[in-house]
Amino acid sequence: MSATFLSSEFFHNYKRNLSAIAGSAILLAFTVIVLAGPLFVAQNPYDVAQLDLLDSYKPPVWLEGGDARFLLGTDGQGRGVLAGILYGTRVSVMIGVSAMVMSCLVGTTLGLLAGFYGGRLDAAIMRIADIQLSFPSMLIALFLMSAFGTGIDKVLIALTAVGWVVYARTVRGSTLSEVQKEYVQAARVAGLRDGKIIRRHVLPNVLTPLIVVATVQVGSFILIEASLSFLGVGVPITEPSLGLLIKNGFDVLFSGLWWTSVFPGLFIMALVFGINLFGDFLRDELNPRLK
Amino acid sequence: MTAMLQVDDLRQEFRIGGSMLDRMRFTDGRLRFPDRRVQAVNGVSFAIERGEVLALVGESGCGKSTVAKTIARIYRPSGGSIRIDGEDISRHGVREMLPVRAKMQMIFQDPFASLNPRQRVRDIVAEPLLEQTKGRAARREVADKTLALLARVGLNTEHAGRYPHQFSGGQRQRIGIARALSVNPGLIIADEPVSALDVSIQAQILNLMMDLRDEFGLAYLFISHDLAVVHHIADRIGVMYLGFLVETAPRDRLFSAPRHPYTRALLSAAPSIEKTRPREEIELSGEVPSALDLPSGCCFRTRCPLAFERCKVERPTLRDTGGGQQVACHLVDEPERDIQ
Amino acid sequence: MANDMTVADALLSVEDLRTWFHTFSGTVKAVNGVSFSLKPGEIMGLVGESGGGKSVVGFSILGLIDPPGRIEGGRILFNGEDLVTAGEPRLRQIRGRDIAMVFQDPMTSLNPLRTVGEQMDEMLRLHTELDARARRERCIRMLEDVGISRAAERLASYPHQFSGGMRQRVVIAIAMLAEPKLVIADEPTTALDVTIQAQILKLMRHQIREHGASMVLVTHDLAVVSEMADHITVLYCGKVVERGPTDDVIRRPAHPYTRGLIDSIPNPEHRTARLSQIPGAVPDIRKLPKGCTFRERCPRAAAICAQSEPALTLAGERAFACHFPLQEGEIR
Repeated sequence: MSATFLSSEFFHNYKRNLSAIAGSAILLAFTVIVLAGPLFVAQNPYDVAQLDLLDSYKPPVWLEGGDARFLLGTDGQGRGVLAGILYGTRVSVMIGVSAMVMSCLVGTTLGLLAGFYGGRLDAAIMRIADIQLSFPSMLIALFLMSAFGTGIDKVLIALTAVGWVVYARTVRGSTLSEVQKEYVQAARVAGLRDGKIIRRHVLPNVLTPLIVVATVQVGSFILIEASLSFLGVGVPITEPSLGLLIKNGFDVLFSGLWWTSVFPGLFIMALVFGINLFGDFLRDELNPRLK
Repeated sequence: MTAMLQVDDLRQEFRIGGSMLDRMRFTDGRLRFPDRRVQAVNGVSFAIERGEVLALVGESGCGKSTVAKTIARIYRPSGGSIRIDGEDISRHGVREMLPVRAKMQMIFQDPFASLNPRQRVRDIVAEPLLEQTKGRAARREVADKTLALLARVGLNTEHAGRYPHQFSGGQRQRIGIARALSVNPGLIIADEPVSALDVSIQAQILNLMMDLRDEFGLAYLFISHDLAVVHHIADRIGVMYLGFLVETAPRDRLFSAPRHPYTRALLSAAPSIEKTRPREEIELSGEVPSALDLPSGCCFRTRCPLAFERCKVERPTLRDTGGGQQVACHLVDEPERDIQ
Repeated sequence: MANDMTVADALLSVEDLRTWFHTFSGTVKAVNGVSFSLKPGEIMGLVGESGGGKSVVGFSILGLIDPPGRIEGGRILFNGEDLVTAGEPRLRQIRGRDIAMVFQDPMTSLNPLRTVGEQMDEMLRLHTELDARARRERCIRMLEDVGISRAAERLASYPHQFSGGMRQRVVIAIAMLAEPKLVIADEPTTALDVTIQAQILKLMRHQIREHGASMVLVTHDLAVVSEMADHITVLYCGKVVERGPTDDVIRRPAHPYTRGLIDSIPNPEHRTARLSQIPGAVPDIRKLPKGCTFRERCPRAAAICAQSEPALTLAGERAFACHFPLQEGEIR
């Protein structure tokens, strides 16, 4: 299995694509952060007992007044910026990935139903999708968050409400073309019921294009969540994501205490950049039309 | 004894025009959603006896594939009856169709699109049979039968775990045949089963189908546009044009004494490597009219070199001309108008 | 040379053409040593099954091989000029004016966004010195010639407003506009119904003869070739296996592959219970067997066929590549 992968065309192209390698290297680094982040720092930034106000607003270690315990400096509560980032990345990535999975489930289901049955069901689902697309996704998310209130679960619901459309449209399109194919007719002749035809025959054949959509979406979800948190309607203060860290630092940004918000910002940028680089490579590789 | 398949006055129309938004029209001060209907099949009747091969020929858009897929109940007919073994299945739902599926199976045209690319060959072949069998004990038997079928259609049973893309076009068509055979059907509907294949492979598949027919006593409804192929495989041939059956006859009679001008034109248009055959030259001008807007009277009159006044006003029905031949043409009543 | 003539006589002379495609999974030698030649006014049928390389020959002549494909060797002499080394600017001059093309799907050669009249006019502007009025008259006459009624009105129509058969007529009209010396037709009637096919074939034959042009007719259909072509070249796995005057080859094939192809066509004149078939399938062109590429499917194969690849043997107007060619009257 691994031998066939290493000699596959996919891997061959990957090896020769610098941005794909850079993208996956960044993603790998962030995977390590998400899985093992707390091991790199002594301090748990959410344990009040480990905080000391005497450590507040220490600059990064290479500046004058830096403290070796806080590589990237500290914030107003004496919380290490690096520690905050490592814990915050977990929250950001967790929200991005879970919201992507939920959007994918909802969108794929609706897209399959719309494409398979057509008619009024299709018209209804797709018109809702059109309406959804005619509003900026930030606006919808903002509206929903101010209606529901803050909280990770609310953020997930808001992101799913924004994100399902792209899956529904992609899946509906592929379903329409798959249903025309004779293997679906063959499944009917074999006596399968609709549900089984959809699950066994249509679904596996419409998933490939979703990989690209899903990858890129994680990046955009992380950004939307950051924006929501920055505006104060995202995650609660007890579980700060990267976006909330930026917001917290933003208040003191112009007092010369730049590190508290610039470093989380750089991390978000690197993360989304890596995701997009890898997503572009996947798009080129998995798109049969470009082959 | 009842016929394997008996089709009476089969009709099929399709709605076109897309979604409600596409169809929206504002006429006479009211919002309307008119839909246009294509008459794909216009009252086709025929029967197939056990072990018989009936071929339907015609050009694209003549409705031959729609007839096949409607009989296989991929589509629900809009009119007429379809009897399998005497049982009318034209209104059956998915559940009621299941036992019928064990009597009737189908082979498809496109060896690439007719097999799910994500299924293993053994799962593809076993699928119809698994729907028919309940309970785990039968699984083992299904697996054994699948391998036997693959061997019977000339495939290496060691390849049962492979995916369709690892096979050539001819081999895929064999997989499709094995799938159809899995439930021991009495009737197989074959929709252009060899037209996507190279000629040397086409001969292999035709031979296999003929062997299986002898071995299992199969009846075929064989759809094709290729007269040479049809002549080889069919006992009886029906010629379709614009959703109508215009002539049916036993094979040899249709080739030696075709009556309908369209049949004659088809026969004279088919290219052949034998230049010796004396040919009646009936050349057609123009192209098939749209099925959205059928001509009045005889459907063929717009291209028929022999059409006359009556063809415009009266639609000819199939009538017996002896020897098992039926023709839908006014020339049968007025033979003096024919070129002889 | 091919048909016992010198290169100077030939309008087109393809010599040892090799066109390969360098793909990830190996080099596909789609055309691997193909030679034939064509006199002015002649129709040559290039036949074979899928994977035979017949379309690639057509595209090579037109200089339309894109990476990963490459012409690796050989010459394509057109009027004595080698097209392989001619370069793209020169090929652009030749394409359309001297060599025209007709493809299977008319929609690929017609621009869907421009009217038929505009596309015909462009052809004439590129390749002739005619003024606007003369060009328009020429276009109308050409459309009438290919059997399109109300030609003046139809000039303003877009390709999708024509049916499949009519579209192919338009393509033929465009192809013949600049009075080309050579037409490459790649499966021109494969997508059409048999009654329309008969019309188009008749039209093509008439147009070619009337304009004194030559044609390379690429097709999988032996019956079409036998009705259209003067000469026939049979390809298998990128190589010529047999070549000669059409009637001669069809009536007395020398190569077992040609024989097999002819015999696998069901023949309404002599119906047999079973068709004679060529066993097996075309081998993977990246992993061709050593020796004769047809030997694994050949009823006559012997030890030598596995060891040495048969060279193309010339015999008068005919040529074949087989160690054990069929003799006249011999059935397999």
